Amino acid sequence: MTTESANDAGPRFESVPELRDQLRKVDYLSDEGIAGIVFLADRLGKPILVEGPAGTGKTQLAKSVADVLGARLIRLQCYEGLDESKALYEWNYKKQLLRIQATKADDGAGEAGGWEDISEDIFSDDFLLERPLLEAIRAEDPVVLLIDEVDRVEVETEALLLEILSDYQVSIPELGTVSARQIPMVFLTSNNTRELSEALKRRCLYLHVDYPDMAREKEIVLTKVPGLTDALADQIARVVRSIRQLELKKAPSVSETLDWARTLMLLGVEQIDAETATNTANILLKYQSDIAKAAKEFAAEEKSFSGDGVLSKGS
Amino acid sequence: MDDDGALTEEQLLVGAPLLELLSGFIVELRRAGLPVSLTENLDAMEAVRHIPIEDREAFKYALAATLVKNHAHWRAFETVFEVYFSLRGAKWSMDPDATDDVTLGDDEDRPTLPEGAGDAAGQAGSGEGLSPEELAEMLFKALAKGDQAMMQAMARQAVKRYAGMEPGRPVGGTYYLYRTLRNLDLDGMLERMMDQAREESPEPLTPLEERLEQDEFEHRIDEFRKEIEAEIRRRLVADRGVEAMAKTLRKPLPEDIDFMHASKDEMVQLRKALQPLTRRLAVRLARKRRHGRKGALDFRSTVRHSLSYGGVPAEPKFKYPRPAKPEIFVIADISGSVAAFARFTLHLVYAISGQFSKVRSFVFIDGIDEVTSYFEGTDDIVEAVHRVNTEADVVWVDGHSDYGHAFEVFWQRYGKDVGPRTTVIILGDARNNYHSSQSWVVKEIRAKARHVYWLNPEPKAYWDTGDSIVGEYGTHCDGTFECRNLRQLERFVDHLV
Ligand SMILES: Nc1ncnc2c1ncn2[C@@H]1O[C@H](COP(=O)(O)OP(=O)(O)OP(=O)(O)O)[C@@H](O)[C@H]1O
Ligand SMILES: [Mg+2]
Repeated sequence: MTTESANDAGPRFESVPELRDQLRKVDYLSDEGIAGIVFLADRLGKPILVEGPAGTGKTQLAKSVADVLGARLIRLQCYEGLDESKALYEWNYKKQLLRIQATKADDGAGEAGGWEDISEDIFSDDFLLERPLLEAIRAEDPVVLLIDEVDRVEVETEALLLEILSDYQVSIPELGTVSARQIPMVFLTSNNTRELSEALKRRCLYLHVDYPDMAREKEIVLTKVPGLTDALADQIARVVRSIRQLELKKAPSVSETLDWARTLMLLGVEQIDAETATNTANILLKYQSDIAKAAKEFAAEEKSFSGDGVLSKGS
Repeated sequence: MDDDGALTEEQLLVGAPLLELLSGFIVELRRAGLPVSLTENLDAMEAVRHIPIEDREAFKYALAATLVKNHAHWRAFETVFEVYFSLRGAKWSMDPDATDDVTLGDDEDRPTLPEGAGDAAGQAGSGEGLSPEELAEMLFKALAKGDQAMMQAMARQAVKRYAGMEPGRPVGGTYYLYRTLRNLDLDGMLERMMDQAREESPEPLTPLEERLEQDEFEHRIDEFRKEIEAEIRRRLVADRGVEAMAKTLRKPLPEDIDFMHASKDEMVQLRKALQPLTRRLAVRLARKRRHGRKGALDFRSTVRHSLSYGGVPAEPKFKYPRPAKPEIFVIADISGSVAAFARFTLHLVYAISGQFSKVRSFVFIDGIDEVTSYFEGTDDIVEAVHRVNTEADVVWVDGHSDYGHAFEVFWQRYGKDVGPRTTVIILGDARNNYHSSQSWVVKEIRAKARHVYWLNPEPKAYWDTGDSIVGEYGTHCDGTFECRNLRQLERFVDHLV
């Protein structure tokens, strides 16, 4: 597939550094890997499968790319039990039923022969309920399609996505094949609660978004929490990095870092000490045992070498 | 493969050799266990056409995005990538002056300190004439400032000086790493950096500040160590060739690491892999239970709902069967070489204990002890498993596995608790040190329980050899499973629910 055929309108992004800048301007702090893969996805006309821990900006990435492109974001939120009628399209059968009954009533005696007309009529656009996937394909304006938390749908439903993601078209028995007017940028996010099918993965570029490194996290905090001092942001990023090194049930996510930063600001904290950190740890950490562990680490004079619990002792 | 090192930059850019190199690279990824399909192979070739070829990082991400679709495989990918493409580090880098040809025992090596890598470097010129003390001093400054370029240069110098690498010597990279690090006293550097931080601070550092400083310095030292490893690897690749090196470095993927023979490093990987795995299992199992298969048509409900459509049964309703949750008893041998396996399995079972109505656990060597209470009222499974290892009362006579005695005592004390909803899982290699098997206990348990399964961390080929009597116990179980790695363990748990 060449660049030209991947996207008739030409490439969307000039270069990776430029894309990074553009993302930064809409308050998304990417790194080389993230921007590089978005760039490639456009050039190759392929969807991106974004995985990684919760709250690391997977969903935000799709939104921010839409922002950069001035495109409309169409979002399909996945959940178990999601099926074609919610993802793709559905016939508005209530309206159809009413229509049939209305016709019957009009006909009075119920003269036959009207059925063909009716059937043609009720399977037309007027009775079609467009769901996100179809909407994205039929869109004429620029769109970004976000298929969020795709790991929540059943394997069978995944198959539904395949046709769309490889050919950018869908077939509707009553209407025929609908092909995309453009190849939209497509993001699929997953929290990896289930292995996605090989077929789906093959069609996508893969992007693992991990917790940001310290410098990037600091930047995110500074961008998203206006008014924060550089020094405090620096400390926040350091503390969070140290906490993530502990063996926890659940490490703090970027959203939790942001919540924490906002809290510290509201409390008027200028410098984080062990006491402040301990008292507000419940914002960063969700489990009691994790909070206890972090508190212990920060109060201790000597660094106790964490992370060599029993499981690594192995004999 | 030795003509491989002779590729010129032009040849690489022309494309053909690059493609050749790429296909070798992909072959090696497959050998390392990564499932790279033909489509993905083609995608990778296509992808690299869209990135500036001299940008090594971009090149790496382009390959990763097209070839690696499972984060657990990233490490394996990175290793292979380093072997295949690090040799051309200089050529991939955008700095034309950095054409440092990497050959062994070459004392004429040009200086490798990058321009503008700090004053010290400038003064020291090539770095060749430095005394060990001066080198140490420069390294200290680089670390204290967090100067990446300088750290990289120091890593090269250190390897060249201290590793003592000679062409053709069949010695592993860890040996050279050890020799290099032995001369650098990184622990001392850490101490010095801490002292400096303390001195520079106007007020005494609080414990939290101490901790944060230390984490930062350790992070830098860690980066520096990685540079050293990379440098050693580069030189080894230059000496031995890409394929031989790739073969030496090939390691099992995390899901294939053998519980019984995992190295320390592999244990760490296993632990890392365990968390996403348990989370995945928990979600998947919960979903399976909730949704299961669509049940039979719920006629009454369908009719009730049809009223809103004028009597048309427009919305069929189904019954969802909700099977009762099983109760789990885990009985685990925690002696010697099977201990790691027991720990992982216990951890896994408790991490998904929400899927069961109750979990009780018993551990033994030649005596047996119930450890259920360690897991109650805490969400820290790691800590609980640790207590199992240190506090459980499992030694009766000599601390050598005695399945027979352990089972007998189990039956006396807890046999009455086994009921028709209990699934019993026995963990161990069934190496009974030639004690009597008392396999009648397993038979009795099975008569009362819903299911009895045996998980054995040994390869099947070893079963029933020497003092292993898993076959005898197995005749009284509903299934015996080889469980050597996370992949097999996960498969069993899926089967269980
Ligand atoms: N790189 C980033 N730049 C700016 N903001 C970010 C970045 N990463 C995360 N955030 C912010 O963190 C929050 C969480 O991000 P988001 O909801 O996209 O996470 P997610 O990965 O989709 O999480 P989940 O897996 O829970 O769906 C958002 O408020 C987002 O704006
Ligand atoms: Mg999200």
